[in-house]
Amino acid sequence: MILARKFYSSKMKGLLVLTALFVAVFGKKTFEGDQVLRITAKNEAQIFLLKELSEQEHLGLDFWREPVHESLPVDVYVPFHSLQAVRVFLRYNQIQYNVMIMDVQDLLDDEEREMVKYRTIPRSTDDFVYTAYHDLNSIYSFMDMLVAENSNLVSKIVIGQSYENRPLNVLKFSTGANRPGIWFDTGIHSREWVTQASGIWFAKKIVTDYGRDPVLTDILNNYDIFLEIIANPDGFVYTHSNDRMWRKTRKPNPGSSCVGVDPNRNWEIGFGGPGASSNPCSQTYHGPSVHSEPEVKAIVDFVKSHGKLKAFVSIHSYSQMLLYPYGYTRTSAKDQVELHELARKAVSELQSLHNTAYTYGSVITTIYQADGITVDWTYEQGIKYSYTFELRDTGRYGFLLPADQIIPTAEETWLALMAIMEHTKNNPY
Amino acid sequence: MASTGDLEPTHYPARRAAQVALHYLNTHHGSPFRVFGLQQVHKASAEDVAAGGRKYKLDFSVTDWGSGSAGPALRCSADVLFPRTERHSAPEVQLHCEALHQINSTAQEEDAFYQKYISPDSTVSARDIPDSFGNMSEEMQPFWRLARVAASFIMLRESSENTEFNMAKVASVTQQESSEEQLMLEFVVLLHDFPSQEIVQWKLLASWSPDRGVRVLQTEWQPRCPHATKPPN
Repeated sequence: MILARKFYSSKMKGLLVLTALFVAVFGKKTFEGDQVLRITAKNEAQIFLLKELSEQEHLGLDFWREPVHESLPVDVYVPFHSLQAVRVFLRYNQIQYNVMIMDVQDLLDDEEREMVKYRTIPRSTDDFVYTAYHDLNSIYSFMDMLVAENSNLVSKIVIGQSYENRPLNVLKFSTGANRPGIWFDTGIHSREWVTQASGIWFAKKIVTDYGRDPVLTDILNNYDIFLEIIANPDGFVYTHSNDRMWRKTRKPNPGSSCVGVDPNRNWEIGFGGPGASSNPCSQTYHGPSVHSEPEVKAIVDFVKSHGKLKAFVSIHSYSQMLLYPYGYTRTSAKDQVELHELARKAVSELQSLHNTAYTYGSVITTIYQADGITVDWTYEQGIKYSYTFELRDTGRYGFLLPADQIIPTAEETWLALMAIMEHTKNNPY
Repeated sequence: MASTGDLEPTHYPARRAAQVALHYLNTHHGSPFRVFGLQQVHKASAEDVAAGGRKYKLDFSVTDWGSGSAGPALRCSADVLFPRTERHSAPEVQLHCEALHQINSTAQEEDAFYQKYISPDSTVSARDIPDSFGNMSEEMQPFWRLARVAASFIMLRESSENTEFNMAKVASVTQQESSEEQLMLEFVVLLHDFPSQEIVQWKLLASWSPDRGVRVLQTEWQPRCPHATKPPN
């Protein structure tokens, strides 16, 4: 018996889907066990027999290709309840056949999966494909859908515009007024695609778990959560359209043909030091002045005007690290002991899920000296629990992390974020 | 401000030196079916040496990326010397890994791969391995590994205490006419340097056979933007 899926035409496939949809709409039918057989009659007598078979209405057969002449194949759709009878009939009369479609329901399931996967516009955040990388428009649509579906928990704030005038969107998860806040950002370096993808997953996780997970519910009953999924939209669009390896913003640099500033060297803390570059062509160019990048300024303004953020986590990839201040100096942060211990705990939680190994420590000792970075600035603003993540992997795929690692990465990282949030809540200051 | 004496194994000075040892390991033992990655640094120390340079002593574990997370970890020890010369010169590595020859042989896969592509009609040509989404076909995996091993020659040569290289992707692979029964492959690879965050492009010509292993015959740095100048070293 040959499973000959490839031999049927796309027209037939379309007909099948249409039939299925028609029936699905007008009656709850499934197609499990139904088959399509291709019959080869060898003479006129067999054709005659097949015509007789087609008149047996109780069998519920559907001839896609009617018996006409022994030189032409006969294709027949056989419902499961008639399979036994039809096969006995064919064997008894020595009529050759093979199975074209082994299980029609399987085929429909596969098609449905394919259609959902490639449907460009998901109807809801339950429809959204978390196991794939998306472009800017899809992610912005996701945000709007999430807000619409959970309007008493989530709202969207626009904290500014990118250089190319794209909105800088932040999702606010809040259950009451005047709360202290916790901030997460992903995608400030645009090529670090697993971070934006994880940010989407975190957003959905929060709305799913509020009211179900006691720890998260308790956190949200006391703190607001702010999540900026695409902190560098211009760079992100550029990674899709031109250069997958683009890191910086897209603001031109006067006097140079090189574009962009490293948004994680542009902050007013140790600005312009050796842990950044003064060359506009460099990937770590700090920019002409502090907060010169609108993407950075928007966050600065937000943090200052909010005034009550208690934890700030900026998420990057790759390297598998959890880092705390400082990057610009070897002097230990005042809260170094507590930050180190919390990092240890968060990493241990992360590792418990998929055994992913992380290292942790201060930026300058663990990864390299970096001047003018986000979390050094937020820490100096008084946000004690300021952390930077470097997500998967450790260099094998690097920035090009396969999409099947998005959810495992997001899941394990979430456990670390929960540890940080819980500690923040239990240690108010 | 370099540190002398014992180093924190999870911090970057030890890790960078260990990566150099890994590049060395891959140039010697890498193949289309074997690429080693760093699992963990256990112990590390560094000292200045009389001739002017810095020598790192390392104790670390590696895994074969080919066998996935299920694969055993190999324990290695290495001395990595970064010379201090006016112009950059390659680090010198002495390496010993336990049980290197006891790991599962890939001779069968190597032979099959070799037979398939050594034929005169074979003209493999592909771009973007993996693609933007991290996808790589089954057929391309041995070519990716070969590129990774060949790139290790460059990464080893270009390394210093201030670099930490990985191969970001294979921009292209183009099979050349086989020579002396060696598979000849021209690769364009993108390397990622961690401290500078730069993406560096190299074109290289490599040969491989099961008997002779990977050899790199030519390398050429390529600018990524028309106006870019050669990066300082």
